[in-house]
Amino acid sequence: MTKSYEAIPLTPISSEPSTINKTGLWRVFYPVVDLEKCKKCTLCWKFCPDATIELVDGIPVIDLEFCKGCGICANECPAKCIVMVKEGEG
Amino acid sequence: MRKVMTGNYASAYGAKVSRAEVIAAYPITPQTSIVEKLAEFVSSGEMDAKFIPVESEHSAMAACISASIAGARTYTATSSHGLTLMHEVLIWASSARAPVVMTNVSRAMAPPWSVWVDHMDSVAQRDTGWMQFFCESNQEVLDTVVMAYKIGESRDVMLPAMIIEDAFILSHTSEPVDVPDQELVDSFLPGYDPEIKLEVGRPMGFGSLVRPDQYMEFRYKAMKAMDSAHERILSVEDEFKRAFGRSYGGLLDEYECEDADVVLVVAGSAAGTAREVVDSMRSRGIRVGLARLRAFRPFPRDEFRTLAKRVRGIAVLDRSYTYGAAGAFYTEICGSLYPLVERPTVKNYVAGLGGRDITPGILENIFKDMIDTTERGEAAEPEWVDVEGLERRWR
Repeated sequence: MTKSYEAIPLTPISSEPSTINKTGLWRVFYPVVDLEKCKKCTLCWKFCPDATIELVDGIPVIDLEFCKGCGICANECPAKCIVMVKEGEG
Repeated sequence: MRKVMTGNYASAYGAKVSRAEVIAAYPITPQTSIVEKLAEFVSSGEMDAKFIPVESEHSAMAACISASIAGARTYTATSSHGLTLMHEVLIWASSARAPVVMTNVSRAMAPPWSVWVDHMDSVAQRDTGWMQFFCESNQEVLDTVVMAYKIGESRDVMLPAMIIEDAFILSHTSEPVDVPDQELVDSFLPGYDPEIKLEVGRPMGFGSLVRPDQYMEFRYKAMKAMDSAHERILSVEDEFKRAFGRSYGGLLDEYECEDADVVLVVAGSAAGTAREVVDSMRSRGIRVGLARLRAFRPFPRDEFRTLAKRVRGIAVLDRSYTYGAAGAFYTEICGSLYPLVERPTVKNYVAGLGGRDITPGILENIFKDMIDTTERGEAAEPEWVDVEGLERRWR
């Protein structure tokens, strides 16, 4: 409901971080990591523009609730162990 | 402490005595010596501030906004192309209600390349929601930086402020400047203490998305704040005068306007020349006056209406131009006066672009032309002054 200008703060303030928005729903392609081929170089983790990759014992774990499927990790991976698969396929 | 210094050093000293806590800036001619002086203050420990070197003016303003919403008093400085590169984030600063203070050393835009004064850069930022103060002297630059923090950080304002120095005429010309005692400034200007700020361990989003059902209320609130700034500029200047013994005439600084038939409106350093011309013409019995536009935002609409009731003609000198229309000062003054039943004759003079001198002779000729125009009472089109190739001579 619209609030009076007197009842709102100076600028809109959200008390929760933007992680309440599950941006993974935007995705068309999703990354699949072949752990056998992973060299633990961490480049995917460094390049992910949305910080959706966590390293667990050096192995990338991608949070699909937030991964938008941009494919940068797959493009950067020197071991070619990440492939992008269309949602609903593979 | 009285020192001889340039307008740029006056800006730097203004930020220093105001105890700016975060400075983020990118160098550009003719602003560079402001940033150099502040970097020196910070590295020598004379100033307890964080200096953030950035890769562009856009980033400088972004850093200042972030620091400001985290509760720090922030300062930056720029000029011309640097200011226009900031355009997006200038609107962000005012809409996030971050009371950043910035000096803009007003310089002509390219091409043709120019490093000299005109007001195109500043005037082009008119609608960004910043207060804009045009200065006439180096002392006014320093004092206005200090006052701008107090005005901008007032709870009923919370808006950023731009202090405008004319390129080279103020930025690189030395004048005696009184640097006020730190204790006196501290008692005049307490530390910045916003109602809400970003804090470690308390994540918040500032400036989040709102839907059409709530957007206008935020804009209305900012508009009210700019209205409050009008009153606040006057009350802070009163307080400043009591503490430091100096004042600058509020939003519209009037000189010899009481009984004037015709007045000239100018902003910035040309006002110093105009005062001499007013004195000289008055010594010959010609009743002219000067109305120095000190604040362009908020616009001194009421001041102009009051002035218009006393004078017969107003000459408006714009040191910038809006193609296909007229000088911005002129159109805004005309807009302010339109609701009056009886209006003086108003004429626009465009002069001094790209650092061309605005000489006493030119100003006297503008006054004379305005007196003629007023006597004829005819509608006057904007006139470009001192352009080679035009028939009319102004020097």
